[in-house]
Amino acid sequence: MDTLAKHFEEKINNEVTIEAKDWLPDNYRKTLIRQISQHAHSEIVGMLPEGNWITRAPSLRRKAVLLAKVQDEAGHGLYLYSAAETLGISRDEMMDQLHTGKAKYSSIFNYPTISWADMGAIGWLVDGAAIMNQVPLCRTSYGPYARAMVRVCKEESFHQRQGFEIMLTLSNGSEVQRKMAQDALNRWWWPSIMMFGPPDDNSPHTAQSVRWRIKRFTNDELRQKFVDIGVEQAKILGLEVPDKDLKWNEERGHYDFGVINWDEFWNVVKGNGPCNKQRVETRKKAWDEGKWVRDAATAYAEKRKARAAESTMKAA
Amino acid sequence: MSDKVNNKPSEWPLWEVFIRSKAGLDHKHVGSLHAVDAQMAIENARDVYTRRMEGVSIWVVDSRFVHASNPDDAEAFYEPANDKVYRHPTFYNLPDELKHM
Repeated sequence: MDTLAKHFEEKINNEVTIEAKDWLPDNYRKTLIRQISQHAHSEIVGMLPEGNWITRAPSLRRKAVLLAKVQDEAGHGLYLYSAAETLGISRDEMMDQLHTGKAKYSSIFNYPTISWADMGAIGWLVDGAAIMNQVPLCRTSYGPYARAMVRVCKEESFHQRQGFEIMLTLSNGSEVQRKMAQDALNRWWWPSIMMFGPPDDNSPHTAQSVRWRIKRFTNDELRQKFVDIGVEQAKILGLEVPDKDLKWNEERGHYDFGVINWDEFWNVVKGNGPCNKQRVETRKKAWDEGKWVRDAATAYAEKRKARAAESTMKAA
Repeated sequence: MSDKVNNKPSEWPLWEVFIRSKAGLDHKHVGSLHAVDAQMAIENARDVYTRRMEGVSIWVVDSRFVHASNPDDAEAFYEPANDKVYRHPTFYNLPDELKHM
């Protein structure tokens, strides 16, 4: 091993944060670019299922909250894109990878949001799963990513709480509302526990990422934690988790749960989920139709600069 | 802070954002963003980095103008300070009865 690589390994082993100007092994850089950009794309695409309900939120309070949440997601995407840029990929390249399907985003956002209760289930379960994934990332070995995640996690907590509040209101409401909440839980539970990614024995990147301290826990460890917590939270809502194999295992001190439909997971990853095409098309359309805005801003900045130069000349 | 500024020509420049969290404190680096000019960078920084009253003042600096020390020089650069503990007040053994010092 050469000196640079050795020095890098030492830093990783001693929990010394890696920074953008430090020497990095190529694969560490590539792994991070893949993970951070995928994470950024998830935040950006993640705005779409919820944006669907902003104009139809049931009250002004819910609308203001949902708007704030979706705005946060845009912000999270931006923090993460700039963290990825420190590794030498450009913003345009990342946009291009999203639009051409070269880069993935979290599969959960390829499911449709068909009722208001979905806003509750997404906040509670999807953001809940995201938080569980993200909290350990605040200590990830790459500094710019870790710092972005600290900011994201601070803001994410309200997302989950507002979702749970929606679920609580619905489950304490009329029979129709309670059914809506249960239906949302039925549809979002399994995709949410799939969010932690493939099982450890079928997760090609996990071992190396744990060694590099990019990841702190494996997919299965986090999934188990999420199930244990989620089942208890569902009890407070008086709703039923849609898993007939769910059972407390005294010996393990964890809930046992049913078999995950990994075929469905891989099918959605491969682009055949209910909304994959629609999501990418919406993003592309926003990018293409926003071009004139970007052009106008560039043109205006040039004008402003020329005017400033002109007035300096006159003053002189 | 971004080290590699590899904007494509079509891409807006990158700006480093510094925020003063409250009156009396230093501006602190919080992240970066793209904007067409300084004014837009400040407006965007308001939306991206101060949605929860995180700041009372914003600085933006075109990333191209940030110069940084080289991590490879860290040893030569910072180690000379290591053996100069006498620069710290705790280096000096003084009697306990000595007050106000």
